[in-house]
Amino acid sequence: MEFQSCVKIINEWDIVAARQLGRNVAKELGFGTIDQARITTAISELARNIYLYAGQGSVSIEKLNINGKSGLKIIAEDQGPGIEDIRRVMEDGYTTSGGLGAGLPGAKRLMDDFDIESIPGEGTKIVATKWLR
Amino acid sequence: MAPLGGTMDIKENMEKMYYEALSTYLKDQNEQALYQGQKISRLNIKYNISPEEIISMHKNNLIELYPDLPEKVMDSFDFLLEVMMGYGIAYREHQSLRHQQQELKTEIEIAANVQHTLLETKIPDIKGLEIGAISVPARQMNGDYYHFVQDEYERIGVGIADVIGKGIPAALCMSMIKYAMDSLPEHRHEPNSVLESLNRVVEHNVDPSMFITMFYGLYDPHDKQFSYASAGHEPGFYYDAATGNFSDLDAKGLLLGVDKKTRYRQYEKTVNPGDMIILLSDGVTECRTNDGFIERETLIGFIQKNMHLQAQEIVNNIYKQLEKMQNFQLRDDFTLIILKSNV
Repeated sequence: MEFQSCVKIINEWDIVAARQLGRNVAKELGFGTIDQARITTAISELARNIYLYAGQGSVSIEKLNINGKSGLKIIAEDQGPGIEDIRRVMEDGYTTSGGLGAGLPGAKRLMDDFDIESIPGEGTKIVATKWLR
Repeated sequence: MAPLGGTMDIKENMEKMYYEALSTYLKDQNEQALYQGQKISRLNIKYNISPEEIISMHKNNLIELYPDLPEKVMDSFDFLLEVMMGYGIAYREHQSLRHQQQELKTEIEIAANVQHTLLETKIPDIKGLEIGAISVPARQMNGDYYHFVQDEYERIGVGIADVIGKGIPAALCMSMIKYAMDSLPEHRHEPNSVLESLNRVVEHNVDPSMFITMFYGLYDPHDKQFSYASAGHEPGFYYDAATGNFSDLDAKGLLLGVDKKTRYRQYEKTVNPGDMIILLSDGVTECRTNDGFIERETLIGFIQKNMHLQAQEIVNNIYKQLEKMQNFQLRDDFTLIILKSNV
């Protein structure tokens, strides 16, 4: 691991800090404006989920370089209530119908890879990656 | 999904088109350039280009056209791009939901075909009795059902049933009736006992909120007797050729599935040459026009007007007439059966 930086999410302003961190790294890696906006929006969504549903957690940003491919990895982790039915929260129209923003399917679409692990009562870990083209 | 090369070409072409239309418009604000803009909008939708990409395209083209614009103006587009991200996400979600809807539609179409095959019934060919039948679902799947059987004594059994409700739940329910009918013992085609058996099946197997109405009749060509019983079904008509009168084919009985101990009363009628038995579902009488529900008298009028035709032609014509009266929008499943005695 060459680079990792982490922001604790406790209050709403930490979402901004997480966005800022993500944007800085995305810029450094050479992502264009659109991808920068996509990455920060995804970070926003994940951080907001932590803030709203878990109370607190963290968002880490990692630079990746695998086989000459650069990328940015977001790791959003919390020890909140976890998700009972992952399939359901990953369904289109599930979160948006409740007016809660883009939700996880939205964040997933903005990134290239998206992985979610959750244990009810223990917490949730989401790892999402965007590759530089 | 288009191959990557193809997508790149589309994007490059789009950039070019955008550049041309934008520069023309900025030179002199004419309608033609705006029309070009509308075309670009359509193409962008066609190729799944999201709002944030369009803003970025706009900004890039603007820099190329006017390199000396104030930096603040340019920065404002980054702000706009951020604001439009949510719309971009909503747009992608919309597309994915639309795709899912398409898939569901296809699935329902297949289910409707399966249902059609499942519920298919052959209209018996019997001397002295002409039979016409039509059943059209309001949506894709039919909650009405009709069924003909001919037993070893050449007696013709005719069943017509209607699930309260329509669409897929009603259709699923109907498949059960069909199987229950098929598994009735060969020798038990007396209308009251048919309804009593089916009532037990429905009571036992169907959700208590679902009810089925059904009419069952048995015609014996040897003694020209028509016996029938009804489980709360919309009464049909009987046409008496000797007097030229239409009367309601009344029969009392509780809906299927209400009480497993229900007994059904059986009625008898002697069918004389030229007489007609008309059976229907409430989709026929509850056919709603601009002036409200059609009257049973109106329906009788339609039958009279077509009476001289073949039974199948009569039901087809009446359906066409009522379909037109409702502006081609059926509100309920429609089933109409006519048995016409020729001897």
